[in-house]
Amino acid sequence: MKIGIPKEIHQGERRVAATPESVKKLLKLGFEIIIETGAGADAAFTDTAYQDAGAVIAKDCESCWSEADIILKVRAPEHHPSLNIDETELLRPRQTLVCFLQPAQQPELLEKLNNRKVSALAIDAIPRISRSQKMDALSSMANIAGYRAIMEAGHHFGRFFTGQITAAGRIPPAKVMIIGAGVAGLSGIGTANSLGAIVRAFDTRPEVKEQVESMGAEFLELNFEEDGSGEGGYAKVMSKEFIDAEMALFLEQAKDVDIIMTTALIPGRPAPTLITEDMVIEMKEGSVIVDLAAETGGNCELTEKDHVVVKHGVSIIGYTDLPSRLPTQSSSLYAQNLVHLLTDMCKGDGFHIDMEDDVIRGATVVHGGNVTFPPPPLKVPAIAKPASVQTAPEAKAIDHGPKRLNIPVLLVAGALLLGIGATAPPAFLSHFIVFILACFVGYQVVWNVTPALHTPLMSVTNAISGIIVLGAVLQISGELSEPVTILAAVAVLIASINIGGGFAVTQRMLRMFRK
Amino acid sequence: MSEGVLTAAYIGASILFVLSLGGLSHQESAQRGNLFGMIGMAIAIVATILSEHVTGYGVLIAAILVGGCIGLFLAKRVEMTEMPELVAMLHSFVGLAAVLVGVGSFLGEAAFASVAEKIVHEVEIFLGVFIGGITFTGSVVAFGKLKGSISSTPLMLPGRHVLNMGILLATVVLGYLFVGAEHEPALSYLLIMTALAFLLGIHLVMAIGGADMPVVVSMLNSYSGWAAAATGFMLSNDLLIVVGALVGSSGAILSYIMCRAMNRSFVSVILGGFGQKAVAVGSSDEGPKDTIATSADEVAGMLLDAAQVIIVPGYGMAVAQAQNTVYDITRLLKDKGIEVRFGIHPVAGRLPGHMNVLLAEAKVPYDIVMEMDEINDDMPLTDVVLVIGANDIVNPGAAEDESSPIYGMPVLEVWKAKTSVVLKRGMATGYAGVDNPLFYKDNTRMLFGDARDSMGSVLSALKV
Repeated sequence: MKIGIPKEIHQGERRVAATPESVKKLLKLGFEIIIETGAGADAAFTDTAYQDAGAVIAKDCESCWSEADIILKVRAPEHHPSLNIDETELLRPRQTLVCFLQPAQQPELLEKLNNRKVSALAIDAIPRISRSQKMDALSSMANIAGYRAIMEAGHHFGRFFTGQITAAGRIPPAKVMIIGAGVAGLSGIGTANSLGAIVRAFDTRPEVKEQVESMGAEFLELNFEEDGSGEGGYAKVMSKEFIDAEMALFLEQAKDVDIIMTTALIPGRPAPTLITEDMVIEMKEGSVIVDLAAETGGNCELTEKDHVVVKHGVSIIGYTDLPSRLPTQSSSLYAQNLVHLLTDMCKGDGFHIDMEDDVIRGATVVHGGNVTFPPPPLKVPAIAKPASVQTAPEAKAIDHGPKRLNIPVLLVAGALLLGIGATAPPAFLSHFIVFILACFVGYQVVWNVTPALHTPLMSVTNAISGIIVLGAVLQISGELSEPVTILAAVAVLIASINIGGGFAVTQRMLRMFRK
Repeated sequence: MSEGVLTAAYIGASILFVLSLGGLSHQESAQRGNLFGMIGMAIAIVATILSEHVTGYGVLIAAILVGGCIGLFLAKRVEMTEMPELVAMLHSFVGLAAVLVGVGSFLGEAAFASVAEKIVHEVEIFLGVFIGGITFTGSVVAFGKLKGSISSTPLMLPGRHVLNMGILLATVVLGYLFVGAEHEPALSYLLIMTALAFLLGIHLVMAIGGADMPVVVSMLNSYSGWAAAATGFMLSNDLLIVVGALVGSSGAILSYIMCRAMNRSFVSVILGGFGQKAVAVGSSDEGPKDTIATSADEVAGMLLDAAQVIIVPGYGMAVAQAQNTVYDITRLLKDKGIEVRFGIHPVAGRLPGHMNVLLAEAKVPYDIVMEMDEINDDMPLTDVVLVIGANDIVNPGAAEDESSPIYGMPVLEVWKAKTSVVLKRGMATGYAGVDNPLFYKDNTRMLFGDARDSMGSVLSALKV
């Protein structure tokens, strides 16, 4: 089987679908690799590097496409500027194409591919289940986009991110608000945080709060109960009341923060408008907005796709090619995702498209003369819901143990004590004090025992309760024939078994516990 | 030895016992704790023997030596899997000793300063014998159930609550008659009551199922302490009172911890009966109930591919004596850089902490043996969970299915791991008698067979 890696032709696209590193791994899987000359040049991978890794360099574009059985690409096929034909025309029947395809938005493209009688896998249609994380190129690209977004913002922002006290005066830290804590948002949080900015983040899905805080940002919350978790780990559309509350929060934050990064996407719909012109006006002069949703219309009203514009003194960045602006990094991650995908497809008997496999089925959009998109719904929800939320606080409450005071019980106990005090003889009472105190000591001492030691604890208490032998010892001094003496002798005997056995077996057990 | 020195020795012994229990709370200090206990016990016994109350040395020394040797012999010989039986048997000895001392104390009636003191003394004898009696027979039955010579299914007599109440009532009446009666009839009242207490002990424990045994054993532990305390009252011996109270309250706390781990109230465990309400349930969920069987080779492959493995042992591992093989597998995987840990449910096995002891016997280092709360959060990050002979403690129904009889019981959430492999002899339900939805989950694999044989074949597959 031969894999072809053509040069990307999309305007400004600098990524490539294979790196010398991934070529080695693909060779190991038993593939041959043919790479169009100069394919990796923009991502700093030279033809020589590919050759050293074991790939063959195709002298031109057509030979790369025609010799390969599998074509790995980044961008979907489009019109080739120098050959003046559509890339789909270069495909031949029974070839397999793997790249980003946006199948939901491009039904005509799927039809075109189907007419070429090829199989096509959309890397962006891989279902987001845990098994497929290693081939989730959307996530790896989003990670890069989040990082680059903060870099771009820093480039257009006139100040430091980190706060400093210098001889020349105090520098306040930049405040960054990130809307949408998906992969890109979290990556942005981490980047901005490590640069020293104060980071706040907002998301409609309350369960991401922990992730946000773990990345070092403050999680902004609304006083509003609504869970925005939708299918596949994406957010869903929220109610009007929720959006109003959300907008009020953003307006308030806009007055305070220096940089806003928005990453709110709802699959298959135009991006929601979150930053209105009013909010932009409220922002300080020199602030920056990075809009990662520019591709689908933008989260900010004033975003212009692929451009940086300055409006009301605020730079608004609408780049849609953020991963491509970090070509070496994004190529190696993307290439690695593809290696994982192909590894899965080679399971069993060589490369094949297994329509029974949920992951492969989801990614395959054209196969066997049919458009196979959309795939049937998955059986399992893509990302597990947090387990039974209701039980958690309950368990917490129990955890504190018997610390709550029970008033009626206390009253009864008090009355009983008074009763005993009034009637019992003083000798008894002094023993009684000892008894009650010892109970409390036992309670305090034992409460913190680690569960691992319950068995040794039990056998040692058992040995200690052999102290009952004292009672028998005190009775044994009569005549040998007297029943009391006989009873006492038997009692001493069995209590001694208890003491000897209990301590010895505890010792034996404890010696086994070791680090 | 004068009375003052004796009291001082008793105070020293009490302190040592408290330190002993305190020491037992952590592995690092546990051995020292046990040593304190031994020293305390030696001081107490020697001081008592040397006191002026005791003169019959011959019998005494003989009894102590013989008893001590039997005890040491038992302790040497016992298998770690038989720990629950041994502990139950030793409890029964304390109970029996309490009965004997109580009856002896009654027979050796001394003179009293006042009527009130005599009454108090008699009540103390009566209580001591009663608690001792229950402890004795209850422990014997628990011993039989743990050993398997008595069926571990709960015995459900019709009107058993009435029976228990009747015995209690009869005991109270007998107690009323006993106090202040003449010597002869009083003795017969005492003996009748002893018989009733024996009966009550048998009946109470017969009604409790196998899965509740950890609670029963720690409850009997508690009773044996109270019996000692009651004996202390009747003999006016503060050391006995202190030690009895220590043991009694520690046993009570253990029982409470066990009950909490099963999300059940102490009373409902004592009164018995998981079995009766659990019968009808478990068939409510829809969908096909297919299990996916697997082989030892496949399990070995899964383990080798994993980065994180958690092993959840249960009573089945103890029965099959699989702990050593399990640890061999653990070591092999660790050598290959795979992280292996153990997840222990508080009521796994038949004795609190039973699994920890078994794993310690197999030389598993205790820092990779985790408690349920410590490890549950890591389940989603785990590649493979091996469930060895455990059932109810990994039942997702306890977390998800409100109609399940064990709903609300904290369990090890093994189904959240990427794959869980369940080693089981067959499709029988656990002691709670509840079906386990875990077996039908897509990410669950069943490895049928005896746990030790299965683990052995996994081990040899790993070595290939």
